Amino acid sequence: MTRRLLTGNAAAAWGARLAGVDYVPAFPITPQTEIIETLARWFDGGEMRGRLTMLESEHSMVTAAAAAAATGVRVFTATSSQGLLYAMEMIHAVPGWRVPFVLANVSRGLATPITLEPDHNDVLAARDSGFLQIHCASCQEVHDSVLIAYRLAEDARVRLPVIVNLDGFYLSFTREPVEVADPAAARAFLPPFTGRGIEFRASRPVSQAAAVLGGSQYSYFRYETHLAALQALPAYAEIAAAFAEAFGRHHPAVEAYRSDDAEFVFVMIGSFATKARDAVDRLREAGARVGLVRPRLLRPFPAADLRRHLLGKRGIAVIDQNLSFGKGGVLHAELASVLYGEPGAPLLASFIGGLGGRDFAPEEFYEMIDVTRRAADSGRAPEPRLLYTAGELREMRKLQAIAAVERHEDGAGKP
Amino acid sequence: MYRIRFHGRGGQGMKTASCILGDAFFAEGFEVQDAPRYGAERRGAPIFAYVRADRAAINERGIIARPDLVVVADDTLVTVPAAAVLQGVGARTVLLICSNDDAATWTARLKRDCRVLTLPAPAAPEAGQAQAGVGALCAGAAAALVGVIGRAALERAVAAELAAHGAPVVARNTAQALAAYDALAAHQGLVSAGGAVDAGARAPVDWIDLAAEDAAAAAPDIHATATSLKAATGLWRVMRPVIDHAHCHKCSWICSTLCPDSAIAVDADHAPRIDYDHCKGCLVCVAVCPSHAIRAIPERGAAGAVP
Ligand code: SF4
Ligand code: SF4
Repeated sequence: MTRRLLTGNAAAAWGARLAGVDYVPAFPITPQTEIIETLARWFDGGEMRGRLTMLESEHSMVTAAAAAAATGVRVFTATSSQGLLYAMEMIHAVPGWRVPFVLANVSRGLATPITLEPDHNDVLAARDSGFLQIHCASCQEVHDSVLIAYRLAEDARVRLPVIVNLDGFYLSFTREPVEVADPAAARAFLPPFTGRGIEFRASRPVSQAAAVLGGSQYSYFRYETHLAALQALPAYAEIAAAFAEAFGRHHPAVEAYRSDDAEFVFVMIGSFATKARDAVDRLREAGARVGLVRPRLLRPFPAADLRRHLLGKRGIAVIDQNLSFGKGGVLHAELASVLYGEPGAPLLASFIGGLGGRDFAPEEFYEMIDVTRRAADSGRAPEPRLLYTAGELREMRKLQAIAAVERHEDGAGKP
Repeated sequence: MYRIRFHGRGGQGMKTASCILGDAFFAEGFEVQDAPRYGAERRGAPIFAYVRADRAAINERGIIARPDLVVVADDTLVTVPAAAVLQGVGARTVLLICSNDDAATWTARLKRDCRVLTLPAPAAPEAGQAQAGVGALCAGAAAALVGVIGRAALERAVAAELAAHGAPVVARNTAQALAAYDALAAHQGLVSAGGAVDAGARAPVDWIDLAAEDAAAAAPDIHATATSLKAATGLWRVMRPVIDHAHCHKCSWICSTLCPDSAIAVDADHAPRIDYDHCKGCLVCVAVCPSHAIRAIPERGAAGAVP
């Protein structure tokens, strides 16, 4: 097996290629575009068989993806940030069709203000849609997760679309060593998608997505989608085990790094979690019993695994690279809901960091453990903390001073 | 772990530099992470790229805060605050600047306790010519300074990275990379791998609590007018549209209306006029003109050809 240096975007494209996808509806957006450019080149050069089609928007793109998946072909698509939001009507509509496909989302912070760099408010906007979500922390994981995602989406117990999430810049444009699967091994793990009851015949039309009135039928269909998402938990465990058997890399629903004997644990998702892994090693060198617990699956939420890894710990530093205005970190609230009332529930300290790609300094990880430890000693959860330094505010003040001068010179405020 | 940053301007090949160096480290058995740092994504804008290399798996991620080596392809960037060339440069950092001023001058200028080296600056481009790439040169210099990359690995990395551009490009860049590598032979191994930030003895973190402020200040508005005029987006152009006024029927609206950048004005006599400071060269106007009066010529060397 040879490893080569690939960006996260190239790793996602390789995943789709090895999955032998038939159809890729596409629309460009930074920082995702490299994925569809790579696939377009391969379709053009004959390395991939099938069709890539440019649509006129992400809304149409997701519609086309689901419609094609409803005919029994294997479909891949990709987007990011505002593109995912533009498609949001269909993101919520198509899981109810119960058709499998994979969408790579390259996380990028949402407007306003406009940015290019990553946080998770984009993909979390799809949290309640019925799409399952796998969150990656390395380029290798992106490649592996696309293959796993097809098995999961197509599993008879599940039959739901899956988002594979990778962070813009820190995965999308970052090259890391990736072992690209041997095509035959990939095909053995993920055989061609032969309909399994999903098919299209012009002579036998099917209308997807009927209308119902009165909440009871609606409740039935909606809850069935929920149950299918929950069934993805045991399905995922089996698929991840099969993947480990075939390729020697295990990607459990929840990564637990040096957490078994830990007193304090970081919980975070996405690529910056590898920095937390690094911080765990440094803190251990300094004598602290610290670990990292990283959910890879966010939907379905791996509640039992998280309880198993976290109950009995003294404190958890929950790091949210997202912000629900008027509430706080989404992961913090989700975690609290599965730990509350359980015996041995640890104290949760909430940290908001990495918004719009704002970096984490190593010292900040160490400080978060100090804050969590002090809180556990006192028995009171601290106020949520935005990771934002005095130096950053100084720089902000400088920019605001320039803006104030411009406003003054421009005579703004006059009618 | 080796932590290396390349600073240059868009078009100078800093991403290429990071890929070549990354490939060369990887070929020598290192774990590698390399990435360009795009911002405005345009020619001439400050851009940087970085490489991490270690014998063990790399968990560190994001921008390199404490570099062991900083290579600066364009010395005019040192004084541009937004370029952040000197960010995190400390006593054990080696700073290599492509400049016609010597190392002693830069050391006196910067008043930093880092080690400064210089290489001759690349020749300025002819008027109207694009700046030639210096990515291979920067990668070659870095490869020599870290001292763990052989000449052969460097040569193979250049070839692998640039193969798609054809043999002459590979040959030119290989020569560039090896020349820089050889020029710094006396400094082989000057750059050493840095350690991690100790969790036991660390600097305090100065987090602050943000206060709620008036929406007038806390919304990201721009109050200055016509700021987009100040950005010379015409520099992005690869192809240049040129109007042949002898064939223009003065329809007076098609090209000027459909130009997505509003870069075509119509004069009082209905003749269209292209604003080359802001035309991005998308060539929509070339495609839509019904009388085929707009042609496209390569931007390189086009300066003299404008009517
Ligand atoms: S090339 Fe594009 S930007 Fe330039 S004038 Fe024509 S339409 Fe406008
Ligand atoms: S579209 Fe063609 S004919 Fe019309 S004004 Fe422009 S150049 Fe002239």
